[in-house]
Amino acid sequence: MPTRDASSPRPASVTARGWGWRHGGRREPAVRDLDLQIRPGERVLLLGASGSGKSTLLHGLAGVLGGDDDGEAIGELLVDGRPASLSRGRSGLVLQDPDAQVVMARLGDDVAFGLENLGVAREQIWPRVTRALDAVGLDLPLDHATAQLSGGQRQRLALAGVLAMRPGIILLDEPTANLDPDGVREVRDAVARVVDETGATLVVIEHRVSTWLPVVDRVVVLGAAGGLLADGRPRDVVASRSGELRAAGVWLPGEVPWRAPRPEAAAGHPLLTAAGLDVARIPGSPLLRGADLRVDAGSILAITGPNGVGKSTLALTIAGLLRAEGGRLEPSAALADGLRGAPWRWRSRDLLTRIGTVFQSPEHQFLTGSVRAELEVGPRALRLGAVERTARVDELLAALRLERLAEANPFTLSGGEKRRLSVAGAIATRPRMLVLDEPTFGQDASTWRELARLIVGLRDEGIGVVAVTHDDVFVDAVADRRLEIGARRVAPAEHGDRR
Amino acid sequence: MSIAAVRPDLPLANVNPVAKVAATVPLSIVLVLTLDAVSATVAILCEIVLFTAIGLGPLLWSPRTLPVWIAAPLTGISMVLYGAPSGAVLWEFGIVHVTEGSVQIGIATTARVIAIALPAVVLFLTIDPTDLADGLAQTLRLPARFVLGALAALRLVGSSIDDWRTLSLARRARGIADHGAVRRGLGQAFAMLVLAIRRGSTLATAMEARGFGAPGERTWARTAHFGRAEWVVVAVGCLVAAASATAAIATGSWNVIWS
Repeated sequence: MPTRDASSPRPASVTARGWGWRHGGRREPAVRDLDLQIRPGERVLLLGASGSGKSTLLHGLAGVLGGDDDGEAIGELLVDGRPASLSRGRSGLVLQDPDAQVVMARLGDDVAFGLENLGVAREQIWPRVTRALDAVGLDLPLDHATAQLSGGQRQRLALAGVLAMRPGIILLDEPTANLDPDGVREVRDAVARVVDETGATLVVIEHRVSTWLPVVDRVVVLGAAGGLLADGRPRDVVASRSGELRAAGVWLPGEVPWRAPRPEAAAGHPLLTAAGLDVARIPGSPLLRGADLRVDAGSILAITGPNGVGKSTLALTIAGLLRAEGGRLEPSAALADGLRGAPWRWRSRDLLTRIGTVFQSPEHQFLTGSVRAELEVGPRALRLGAVERTARVDELLAALRLERLAEANPFTLSGGEKRRLSVAGAIATRPRMLVLDEPTFGQDASTWRELARLIVGLRDEGIGVVAVTHDDVFVDAVADRRLEIGARRVAPAEHGDRR
Repeated sequence: MSIAAVRPDLPLANVNPVAKVAATVPLSIVLVLTLDAVSATVAILCEIVLFTAIGLGPLLWSPRTLPVWIAAPLTGISMVLYGAPSGAVLWEFGIVHVTEGSVQIGIATTARVIAIALPAVVLFLTIDPTDLADGLAQTLRLPARFVLGALAALRLVGSSIDDWRTLSLARRARGIADHGAVRRGLGQAFAMLVLAIRRGSTLATAMEARGFGAPGERTWARTAHFGRAEWVVVAVGCLVAAASATAAIATGSWNVIWS
């Protein structure tokens, strides 16, 4: 055990006795019959199928589930022997979305925010801020703009924010699910260092077990029907319960949920060729210059590269949604089907049968109040007859196992269902090419497998697929070709003699 | 992208924002009391001289103030065309009466809008939202929950702008962007609102988890000073107001609106 800083807090213990929680307005409790003891200083990886209430437990421990208006608690949930809802300040919570937990515009102010709320005297605040930023390895000026941080840096900032409060227990809710591989390592290493130095108790939720195995000393698996499915030393649980864990969507170390068979036919004809393409999200400020690529029918092209390099912008440009700043983008006759010019000149309706796009966050593309209506949007815009429309929608609902959700509101679906629906919406009009932005990002193993199968199925029907992705497993097990960007950002003057 | 960023090297950037807001109040009162060209013109001249002298000239003539220069004459023209007619009629067309009186009112209105909006825009561009929140909470003692909640919400405006862009692209991808711009815009605005509320509630959870709203006294990591520099800024604001009122009274153009 490393020597602890004298100012470190006492690590906290956790006790759950028959604990459960039902969110207001829901019939079924999110968690039920939970009995759990966590000793001070233990480092726990919390696993379970989606819907088993992992996040609810973590929010309960952080004391942010709210009062009687927000839901109903059963049994006891104690931190250091006191009700968790009363022990705010003993626990520090970091959430999944790096964008939604930055409070202040400047780095130092953001870390200081929690200390201010706890009423720490000003002369103690700044030394604690500096020490917390050191601990997570954010070596930046205190007035650095938080808006300019990468996803990994934002998560480390959130960690520094809770660390400065000297919590006895650190709670992490999928802290690395939205990060690229470098960001994942950055955050994991920072957490490992912090718990080593402070000795704080740690509870972390994450589907990708291998990320956290080196850090944790206990794995707890929540059952979907309440209670615990497994509890023990990481290696033992992973070895003895692999079947149940797999069924719960957990990514076991070193496993690939599904591997695509090689394409039956060689890649088909080219659909779209980009040469020296300069792309910009906001006209006039190009993010990426001089991109070359070719999309073939019946083949999956993965576009990879670090965050912020312009991958998504490139994808949206070749999808005909953004106008290129320079270079050429030429659809083949098979894709253009009688239209002339680059795809961004085409009408919105003309894109439907040519290029489909699936956005990184499915919520951005939902337009209606039910799954069925959502799938009808494209066919309606094409003015297909009612019979044809219904036939196509029914076929998709069945193929993507969305039948029982046909009347549900898209916003109420689970993450995996939303993702399937957004792909279904794009393929309802049978485009020849499909562009996907981070299709498998942050998904558990079951959803990942479903999406991978779906995408490969489309490839085998002859659709040209482009996927922007950080997911190495996807690139390795699903993609046919890979375009790595980032290393060679070509300056405008060098146009023409690239490659 | 963020709207919550100010270059800290700007003149007046370190002055308590409460002082900057307070400095614009006396002039606004004077210019609301009277409707004449002299008071407002004097105020505009004072503003240009003062801002140039302290180094805010570039900001004054930057595109950021363009809306003021465009909106002010538009307001003036509508007063010329539809303002209360008085004096000789210069031109008439339907309900439009251009008279000597309405032309004067038009000019006075144009100058007035510039005189009030120009310092507001220029000074606001030097205000960092965090400093404003500190000033409101510490100097004016407004409730911290309210002020910090608003500050955090402001940071989400940048995310909402990004959302709007993505929503537009998504609508094009879904084949419905060719027609019905108004209806689509409404739907898109609603979608943006839904996303903003979701993000806002996550942020609220994150803030609560860090003790926001917990009982007990809150401390402040940053101090909002209200010292000599702040009083000077307020005093200058009062002087400009006094100068413009004096000039109007001295030239006999002071013209109280309700008289």
